[in-house]
Formats: sequence, structure tokens, C-alpha cells
Amino acid sequence: MTMLPSSTAKKLGLVIDLDTCVGCQACATSCKEWNDAGHSAPLTDTDPYGAAPDGVWFNRVHSYEVQTPGGSKTVNFPKSCLHCDNAPCVTVCPTGASFKRAADGIVLVDADKCIGCKLCSWACPYGAREYDAHDGVMKKCTLCVDRIYNENLEEAARVPACVAACPTGARSFGDLGDPHSGVSALVRARGGYDLMPEQGCAPVNKYLPPRATPQITQAPLTRHGGGIESALLRWLDKILT
Amino acid sequence: MSDLLNQAEPAVDTAPSAADEIKTTTCYMCACRCGIRVHLTNGAVRYIDGNPDHPVNRGVICAKGASGIMQQYSPARLTKPLLRVGPRGAGEFREIEWAEALDIAAGWLGNIRQRAPRELAFFTGRDQSQSFTGWWAQQFGTVNYAAHGGFCSVNMAAAGLYSIGGSFWEFGEPDWAHTRYFLLFGVAEDHASNPIKIGIGQLKARPDTKFVSVNPVRTGYSAVADEWLGIRPGTDGLFVAALINELLAADKVDWASLARYTNAPWLVIDAPGTAEHGLFARDTDGQPLCVDARSGELVPARTVDLAPRFVGAVELPDGRRAAPAFEGFATRFLDPGFEPAAVASACGIDADSIRRVAAEIAAVAFERTVTLDVPWVDVWGRRHAQMTGRPVSMHAMRGISAHANGFHTCRLIHALQMLLGTIDVPGGFRYKPPFPRPIPPAGSPATESEAGQPLTRMPLGFPRGPEYLLVDAHGNPTRIDHAFSWEYPLALHGMLHTVIHNAWLSDPYPIDTLFLYMANMAWNSSMDIAATLHQLTDRRADGEYRIPHIIYSDAYYSETVPYADLILPDTTYLERWDCISLLDRPISDANGAADAIRQPVLVPDRDVRAFQDVLLELGARLALPGMTQADGTPRYPGGYADYLLHHVRTNDVGPLAGWRGSDGSASFRGAPNEDQLERYIEHGCFFRAELPHTQRYFRYANQPYLEHAAQAGWIGAAQTITLELYSETLQKFRLAADGHGDLQPPAALRDRIATHFDPLPRWQPLAAADADYPLHALTQRPMHMYHSWGSQNAWLRQLTTSNALYVHPDTARAAGLADGDWTWILSSSGRVKAQIKTMHGVNRDTVWTWNAIGKRSGSWGLDQDAPESSVGFLLNHLIPTHVGSTGRAEVNADPLTGQAAWFDLKVRLERCTALEAGASAPVFAPFPARTATPAVLRRGLALKGTPTGRSAITHREYLGGSAQAEEDGTTQ
Amino acid sequence: MNPAYSIIFFTTAAGAGYGLLTLVALYALAGDAAASASPALFALGLAGVLVTSGLLSSTAHLGHPGRAWRALSQWRSSWLSREGVLALACYVPALIWAWQLSRGTDTAPALPLCSAVLALATVYATAMIYASLKSVDAWHLTAVPVNYLLLALASGAVLWLAIRTWMSVATLTDATLTAALIAAAGVGKWSYWQTLARLTPRSTLGSATGLGTLGTVSSLAWPHTEQNYLLKEMGFVVARRHADKLRRSVVMCVGVLPVGVAMLSGLSTGLVASLLAGLAVVTLAIGLVLERWLFFAEAKHSVSLFYGR
Repeated sequence: MTMLPSSTAKKLGLVIDLDTCVGCQACATSCKEWNDAGHSAPLTDTDPYGAAPDGVWFNRVHSYEVQTPGGSKTVNFPKSCLHCDNAPCVTVCPTGASFKRAADGIVLVDADKCIGCKLCSWACPYGAREYDAHDGVMKKCTLCVDRIYNENLEEAARVPACVAACPTGARSFGDLGDPHSGVSALVRARGGYDLMPEQGCAPVNKYLPPRATPQITQAPLTRHGGGIESALLRWLDKILT
Repeated sequence: MSDLLNQAEPAVDTAPSAADEIKTTTCYMCACRCGIRVHLTNGAVRYIDGNPDHPVNRGVICAKGASGIMQQYSPARLTKPLLRVGPRGAGEFREIEWAEALDIAAGWLGNIRQRAPRELAFFTGRDQSQSFTGWWAQQFGTVNYAAHGGFCSVNMAAAGLYSIGGSFWEFGEPDWAHTRYFLLFGVAEDHASNPIKIGIGQLKARPDTKFVSVNPVRTGYSAVADEWLGIRPGTDGLFVAALINELLAADKVDWASLARYTNAPWLVIDAPGTAEHGLFARDTDGQPLCVDARSGELVPARTVDLAPRFVGAVELPDGRRAAPAFEGFATRFLDPGFEPAAVASACGIDADSIRRVAAEIAAVAFERTVTLDVPWVDVWGRRHAQMTGRPVSMHAMRGISAHANGFHTCRLIHALQMLLGTIDVPGGFRYKPPFPRPIPPAGSPATESEAGQPLTRMPLGFPRGPEYLLVDAHGNPTRIDHAFSWEYPLALHGMLHTVIHNAWLSDPYPIDTLFLYMANMAWNSSMDIAATLHQLTDRRADGEYRIPHIIYSDAYYSETVPYADLILPDTTYLERWDCISLLDRPISDANGAADAIRQPVLVPDRDVRAFQDVLLELGARLALPGMTQADGTPRYPGGYADYLLHHVRTNDVGPLAGWRGSDGSASFRGAPNEDQLERYIEHGCFFRAELPHTQRYFRYANQPYLEHAAQAGWIGAAQTITLELYSETLQKFRLAADGHGDLQPPAALRDRIATHFDPLPRWQPLAAADADYPLHALTQRPMHMYHSWGSQNAWLRQLTTSNALYVHPDTARAAGLADGDWTWILSSSGRVKAQIKTMHGVNRDTVWTWNAIGKRSGSWGLDQDAPESSVGFLLNHLIPTHVGSTGRAEVNADPLTGQAAWFDLKVRLERCTALEAGASAPVFAPFPARTATPAVLRRGLALKGTPTGRSAITHREYLGGSAQAEEDGTTQ
Repeated sequence: MNPAYSIIFFTTAAGAGYGLLTLVALYALAGDAAASASPALFALGLAGVLVTSGLLSSTAHLGHPGRAWRALSQWRSSWLSREGVLALACYVPALIWAWQLSRGTDTAPALPLCSAVLALATVYATAMIYASLKSVDAWHLTAVPVNYLLLALASGAVLWLAIRTWMSVATLTDATLTAALIAAAGVGKWSYWQTLARLTPRSTLGSATGLGTLGTVSSLAWPHTEQNYLLKEMGFVVARRHADKLRRSVVMCVGVLPVGVAMLSGLSTGLVASLLAGLAVVTLAIGLVLERWLFFAEAKHSVSLFYGR
């Protein structure tokens, strides 16, 4: 149903740390392999070994350079559905296939109802939805709704595949609607922010900005004058205690 | 009705079945060797994730590991043994049965073995089984064996093993939990890939810890570094020398550590022109001598509570003069030529930054020490109540190694570590068991035996002087790759990159069979590919190929397949037994020794056999000693698994360390245990023996650790390992070049040896600047590819289907280029066409691209018009195999180790015309298309889990970096 | 945005059809004789063909056309759903009216009135599908539904003029009205382009990544080197110089030519008038397709920011 729930009991989402993402693509491919046989199976790849390979992915990792006053910086940037509170992809859907769960805020596509009009992907400013031409339906990040509650998986695995995979620990998962949750504390501590807040989607996923450089010392070392000979003389008298 | 109107929220299956079966094994998408869980549904791979219990990756997995499914099911897989029917390079083969393939191979090899075993050149590429393949070569009796380290990163290994008894690479690691300053040199990706990522994630969570990356390019790890220094390629040694200069000038030296743990205070004989000049002064017991600073007396170096002088010449009892090794070191690096201002322009790093980094290092090392409340006992019997460390850590890899000055650059980094006292201390660089080892480790390279006899030891080794070189009476090389000759005395890992060229030239002799495993020599693993292809296909006057027989084994159709005569198709890593052994490149971490196995998770669906099984079968057919019983039957009829269980080297050491002994209770040494592989499988396919806390640091002088190491068979005896700021071993080679001793280099090599075999670390400048080729050209390995592997993988190739040349905008503009333009890249030996992309995060005098993306049309299971071949490109075509302007062509390599100097490449850019733009060059004739590739992949549909009807349980929160940091107890 | 031909055909054809229906309805309500006779029936037929073929075309290009009936359910939130409901609703009075015309019976004014209202409402809903999207700056403007309506009316007027000319009931007034509606559409379009030129992007790469607070952001590497769905569907933006050329063509084909031709037609009689009327239709059709193509091709979706565009 495409009316957004007036509120959701939880706001499950991800926190992405841009300070530690090294752009290794582990999240993108872990998502791909889990979901290829998961809730939205399959994630079709077309022309996989040819001149124009193209496939359905839920998580994509960009790289950017930022020119700062002090210099410049490279930032790696994973992007997947932000499970917005005010998701335009939900309200534009004509069939009710696109919906936001009242229990946890996860935005999903009901593949049995989707007519493949693609309007939801137009409505999403983030490019979070990708169309599977072979199945004729829209597919997107499910926040691993088939993992996070799944007793068939061992406890440690009951998190989104991308979160479990991330080698630098740049991804976190939890209830952003609970101010006492770890993810909420993380967002407060690090100044986590929304992407494109001006689009009015109220995204739930948050991004953590690069941290400031630790300051060690500003003063250069004090060199003894006099060159090599005086250094040797100095050390000649050195007695270790 | 409400559903019809779509008002009710649809039900979602939150607990589908995940997998029928889970098997653990070790990943082999790269050389990190993470522990993985393979989840199977109906016997097919449903998904692969990291094993949370595994010490290497602790549950995480990288892009490659997570894409293993597509590696397993790639259309590039070889499916049957092949016999070449057309000319080499045409890709025309006939499928044959294994029986015939093995007959052919055994025939060729048997012939060689009876006649001249050295005519078998057996070289392995990306594999990890060197203790097995080297042993096989030893049994066969050929000295012409090595793995790929010569063109990979032997400089790191050699510099480390000849100075600190261990090395970077995957044999050491930063003390991630405790370090407060981390310097990363020349690393885009490294073998210990996930551990580095986990470690960086941890240290970035600590606000007081700084991570500095020294790298011409700012991607990946350098992107998250707190500071990036965009150094000119090949000048890291100069940068480190400037840091040393600052530290020496400010007296920021850990004198106590130098005194106790290094040979810095050892007296060096100063008698130019004599045979012992530059060697250590020793007493009558052969012990090196130092000067006691309090008494001025000469004392043995290992005197307890030694308080030595570090400078000042003395007179020895025999009248000769001597001075502490440190004096030569300090004199060299205090030279004004190494001051920050003097090196800044050459390095591309401004002097203020160099000074600041030196100051930061000193502040952290000397003012922010880390103390662990852990007692330890040193080799002098002294008991220390705590472990205190200077928490500056470093790591370095191919950006340092792949230069002709890489050996000494790496030695300089180790020297810096010694000055700071940061080796194997809390917060510093830490060895991974079985290191540290004596300097250098025991074992010299094998000399030839009689035909039909095995070698007396393993082919590769650690020369300790000229007498260990593999040369003939005239001082000429006796190995086909000239390794361990006067040309490359310390070529510890051989020189695979010269084998084809030398075999073609019959230098020093012709070979009969080139036997390659997993080495893509006809493409991205060679410099000057066109020349290599010519050498592989060139014929003698009688019409025979100059290299008569080529056997190639691999799992995938690489560019090398069409150039082989006999193809032995390998399994994938999910279909084989394998071991990651303490005898090879183990998966230890600093806190424990570990090894691992691979178990077959899938049965091959095609006619392939694991290469190690094939080698054992060939060995049995050839009646090789270690592989055949006395009665002629195979010793390991069960193949590689049989070998893993039953093979024993000296001291009851076998390939696998865990669960040895008849009852499985012994570690490291013990009799074979029939259940050993089951034990490994039960434990996630790995074994780990954690070191007690008291044995985790200062291990070169940690008595209980050294005793444990000797007991485990890692070192011969529980003796202290003295770190070598000064290398007497190298001096011995220099003395030979100076005309001393019975074994001396050929005249043409004297100067070269005398220059480079410097007992002290040296800054070796690169070739002089060339106005025609002003730009450095490099490659980086992307984190989601592993050299040429990745393009056959449907998922990974979507990430990077082609590559561009990255150029700084100012550099591009100067060449008349804009972002997206096509350019010629020219070097002294060729030209290549590519598209450029501008980026700011690159040294202005450097251009770079991703390694090995460019493929030859028709290879790797790709369509002939795949972008990998039409747009992708390699820099390899530009790299000369030989350099030298003095008339004597030398291999483009480090003169000590033979390390391929990939990154010494210099180029210039010239804009393409409109007609030229759009496709890369050079273009090689496409290989014939093999099977039709699928138009669509929808594999997962058949594997989707079925609803189990279980209701949802509470979600669990997961916090990334900070959670891991707490688990490791780094908050202290 | 990728100009998909099925959508271009649908919106231009259906828009022209609804416009024609509205014009006939307005004439009918004004008491025009032809609007109660066979020209009107023919026009309704043509309108029906245009609207229906447009609707069928857009439905056929769905991933699951068989489920299209579900698109009627979410009218509470979805403009696409509302469009479907309104389009279907419009058939009711229009078909009844057509049936009555065919029978020659008197038509209650409610029928043309409802037909026109529902027709314009459908055009409005179609336009709002695009205008409601914040993610496309060039669409999220009041000018968009205004222009859709003006273009529908203008195209409807040209078609009605042509029919009346072919059936010899056209007057100079008709031509003038047509010209005026075309001119209004032209002014609306011109004004829209002016707005586009002055448009401040709602989002930037800086706000898309949140890194804009640190400095100037540029794309270093895409997540994939080849095209993907996002780029194919939403990454296309026509180059400025091409767009300018096309805009001029639109002006010619939607504005100048039809206006001129319509006027000439109104001033002519017989075969000449018919030919000119036909020419007006043809030039208008070309112009509408170009205009609609540009409407997509000049629209930049915020996802292209992530790709550095």
C-alpha cells in the first residue's frame, strides 16, 4: 500500500562511515551474492561476459575527490536504499507494490504486484532502485529483511550482508528511531548526516563524515648544530644508564 | 477485498531457509587466505561469507571472496586436458584424456630427468604451495625452480630477512591494537588484505592515532589515511633517509634498543684493501666485539647489561682499527644531502612536511610509549615486569619493492624502525610466527646433483656469502633464470620473469620443458609482451621451437593457454584439498601461529584434477624418491590429501602443524595423525596456537619464545637473533668484488657488486631524469581484483570492465589533454593507447592505471569485443625487460635480488588524433571464441530459500569499527 | 531522463486526444452546430483512437501489463494511479456522448462538460506524475502541468480545425482561436525554458554526498565502468547545443508553422485549405514529439549528480 505509515515502530537502517570506507566493494558484492538467491532473487545480469555487461545491484560504491581549503581528499562512497521516512518511491507507486513496513520502516517492493512502470525509480533522488528487465519488476535493498529476523541463520549472521562483510567496520545497523541505540549514539557522536535533505525524503540511513586529522605535534625537531663531527663527538660521551 | 485494493501490508518471508549445508574452507580469490563458510543448497553454492571464528578475517569478507560463486561458475574454466594441434598462439587444441596427458608429460619429464634434469624449468605463479612444489623440484633434481616472488615482491622479503629476521608482506603486521602512529609505504593492496582493513578500521577509531600513507596515488587505504604524502615513485628511500637525518640530528634514537637488540654497536674492522675490511671484529671465540662506554674496554657483543659506544674508532689487539657500525651509518645519513630541504624536490614532498612527520614520529615514539602489564624474560635471563613499546608502526609493499632500488629502500625502512626501537614492541611492527628467524635464515640454494638424483636440499635458499652462489667455475650462472649468480646473488625467490627470455637465448643453456603453473607469462606477468610471445613461438633452424615443450596448468583460460603444448586443467579452490602451511606462507598473526587447509566443497563438474594431485601422480610415474615407495608403488596414492597427512620433513615436521601425533595432541611436531584433516575440518579448516602473553613481543630476545620456536621447529636453536643494521653478509660479496677470496665476480660485474652490496642501507637513486620520458607510470591492484583474475568473474568485471590512465589535471593540461581524452603513452621501448581520467590525488609527475584489467581478446571466457580488450590496456608493453645504457644490457631488476622493477617505468603522453581515439592499442590477434557465453545470468532463482514459517525474532544491532575495537581490548 | 518512445507517443497522442475532446466539448457547450453533428462524432472517434492507442502503448511497455488493473488502486497517493482512474472515467461520458451523436439524439450538456473536465483532469494528472517528482528540477515546476494543458488544448485545436476544414465547416474564427491557443502554448513553453535557464538546482553533488561542507566535490570513479539501469534510464541529458537546435525546431513545428498554416488555412478554401490544415497537423505532430522528447532529454535527475554530471 502506498500510503506511508504515519509512523513506524522502529526505523531500521544503516550508518555508513565515510572515514573508514576504503572502497573495497565487499558490501556491494556481498549484497549481490546474498540477494541473488534471496528475497528478490535473482539479481539478473545481462551480457555478463560481453561488451555491455549490466546487472541489478542494490549497493554501489562510488569514489569522489573533495577539494578542501587545506588540500584535497579521496572519499569512497557506498550508496544503497536509505529507507526514507518520507519515501517518495512509496507514494508514487500506482499499484501498492512499493510499501514501507509499519513495524520497522523497511521499504520493500512486492514483486507480485509490481507492474514495472519504473516511476518509483524516477521518484527516488538517490538512485536506489534498479529495474530487472527480465522479471519486469523493480528491485532494491531489502535491508536484508530475510536475514535480520531469520532464526535459520546463526545470531552473528542476522545483520545485513553488507554490514557483516565490511572489513573495516565502516557499516553499522540498528534502530535509528531509538535514541538509546548504538547506531543513534554513533550518529550523535560523529555528526551523522542525511544525504540531500532538501529533497525532503527524510532518509533513515546516515553517513558519518571524515574525521579531523589527529594533531600530534606542530614543532619540528630541534636539530643539534655542527654537523657530523659534532654529532660523533656528542655520542662518544654517551653513556647508557 | 483489502488485498484487492492493496490496502493491507503484504506479508514478507523473514525466515526463509538459508542453506542445507555449510562447509568451511579457505578462500583463494587472492593470497589473503581468509576463512570462509560456503553455504550450499542442493549441492550448489548459495552464498559465501566469512568465518567469524577465523583468525585472519574474523567473519568479514572482501569483494573477491564474496564473488567466489562467479569464479566457480565462470565460462573461462578449463574443462579437459588439451593438446595443442595448431601453432603456438593459435589456440587450436584437441581435448585428450588424462591418461594420455599424463603419459605425454611423464614422457617429456622422464627424458629430461635421465639426461639433464636442469632442462626442466618448473615455475609457479600465483600459487601458495612452494614447500610442496619446491620439494617436488628437489626430488626431480632440477635447480630451475621458483615461484613468482621474483616479479612479485622479493625485495620486501629479502631486505627484511637480511636485516630484521622477518619482513613486511604477510610475514609481519603492525600492532593494530596498540599502535599510535602508522606509516604505510607503497601499498594499494597487500596479501594480508582483510587483516589490514580490519586493523585500519580499528586504529581509525582511536582519535589519538595517526595514519600516514606514503604513496604516489591517493585511493583505497590512502583515501582514509589521516595524511597522504604523494611521493615521487621510487624515492621512498630518500624520504626515509631524510627522516633518519632529522632523528639523528635531534638525537631521537632509542639507544637502549640499539644496544641490546641490534648490531649497531658492533665493531667493524677498518682496513681498506684487506680481506677482512668491513667485517666484524671478533674475539678468539668468534664473538663480535663492542667497546664498553664506561670502561673503554673491548667486550663481547652479547655481554649482559652492555653499555656500548656507538661511535669512536679503537685499536684492536692485533693493531687494526675498528669503529662501531653505527658510526658509518650515522656519518652517511647525517650528510647534508639527506636533510629534508635537500631531498624535498626529488621526493615530491615539501621539506616542512618531512620535518613534521619526523617530529610526529619522534613525539609518538619517545613521549607516548605504550606499556603492557605483561612480564617477560630476555635471553640474558633478566626478568622485566612490563613490556614497554614505542608505538610507531610501519608497513610497506610493492610500491617500495618493484623498483631497482627496492631492496635498499626496504632496508632503510627497517633501519628507521631499529633507530626508533619499534620492532616487535607494543605498538610497533610485529613478526608473525614462524618469524623472527636467524639473519639470514638457514639453508642455502641447492646445487645440481647427478642426473636421476634428487637435489640435496630445496632449490631456493639464503646465500650467506659468495660460496653459496650457484655459479660455475667461471662465475657464470648455473640456473636458467641466473638467480643466485653474481648477477643476482640474493634472488631468493628466483626470477620467473627472465626464464622465457633466457631459455630462448639458451643462456646459459637450452631447456627442454617449461612447466608453468598459474603464471600468466604470455600477458600481464611479463614485461614487453610482444617479445615474450616471440620468444615462446620462435623456432630454431631445424624447425623446433626454441623452447621445445611447454606444459601449463591453470583453472582458467588465460592468455598463456594458447602458447602451451599441453594443458593440465586445475580445479577451482572450492574443489580441492590444499594447505596453507607454516612451511610456506602461513596465516599466522602476531599473537599466534596458524595454518589452514582447503577441503573440497564441490565435486568438479568437468574433467579437471587438482594440480598437486597431478604432480604427485607424475612424481610416482617418474619414480621420484619422495613420491615412490621402495617397491615402486606411489607413496601418496591418495593424492595431495595423502601427502598432507603423511609427509614428514626433518624433526617430525609436516605440512600441517595442528593435531599431530597418533592421538592428535601434538602441535608443530609429531607423527602423522590419520584424523588430522578431520580435526581441521571440525575446527573450521584452520589451526591456531596462541602464544602466551609473555611471548608476544621482543621475540628476537625473548627466551621462552625462542625456546618455544626451537621446539616447534621454526628456528634451529633458542638463540637470540640480533637485528642487523649492518650486514656483514653483504660486505662479503663486496669484498669478493674488491678482489678478495677464491670466489670473485666476473670483471664486468665487479663495480655493480661493489656498489650495491653495501653493508649499510643506502639510498640508491633511480636512473637519471630523461627529458623524453618525464613521467613515472605505475599500476595499482584494485581491491576487487587479483591480478589477472577477476575479468572472468561476471560480478567483479561489472565493477571494472576497462581501465583508464589516471593523470593529474595540471599534467594533463601540459600534455594538451582533458579528462576523457585519448592519449598515446610512450616509453623507450614502445607505445600504448589509452583513455585518460584526471584526478587530483596523484603525484604530479606520475600517471597510473589499475593492474591487469586489460585482456587479450578471446581470453578469460569473454566475448571477443569485451571492453577489457577493446578499451582496457596494459602498461606492460611499455616496460623494457632489459635496461642499461652502457652497452651491457641488464635485466630491468634490482641488482641484488633480481626483483622485477615494474615501477621504474618512465613515459610521456601524446594526445591521440580523433581517428585514433576510442580503442586501446596495441591489439593482439584475438583468440578463437570458445563456447557461447550466456546472455543472461539468473542463477540465484533456483537457489532461493523456501519459507520455513518461522516467525521473526528481534533484530540485533551491529556496530562497525568501534564495536570491533572494543572486542580487541584496544581501549587501554 | 531517457526519452522512451512509448511514453512520448502516449503523452503526445493521448494529450492531443484529450485536447480534441475538450475542444469539441467547448464548441458543443457554446452551441456550435458542427459540434453536435458528424464532425464531432469523427472528432470523438479520432480522440478515442489517439487516447486509447496511447494508453495501450504505455501499458504494453510495462513489465507486467497483465497487472495494470492494479494501478487503479493507489489513487490516494499516486498521480499515476489517479491518471489511470481519470482516464478510465473519461471514457464514460465521452462514449455516451459519442453514442448519442451517432444516434443523432440531443446531447445533454453534462456529457460534453464531464468529458472536458475529465479529459483535462487526466492531462493534468499525467503532467503531475512528472511535476510531483522533486528529483527532477526541470519537472518540479507549476509550468509543467500548465504546459501540458496548453499543449493538449493547442493540439486539440489544430486537430479540430483540420476536421472542420476537411468537413468544410471551418471559419476564420476557428483558425484564429487555434492560432491563439497555439500561441498560448508557445508562450507557455518559452516561459518554461526561461525558468529552466534560471533554475537553481535543488541538489548538488555536495549535498548528494554531504561532502559539500568540506569543499568542492567531483566524481573520481563510478561504481561500474559501463552503463547500468540508472544511467540508461535517468542519466541521459542532451547536450546544450543539440537542445538549442531542437528547441528551435519545436518553436517552428509547434508554434510558428502551425500558427501560420492554420491562419492560411482559415483564409483559404477548398482543397488548399484542407491541405494546409493537414500540414498544420503534421508539423504540429512533429513538434509535439520533439517537444516531449526535449521535455525528457533536458530533464536532469538528481541521481546523475552521483555520477559527477
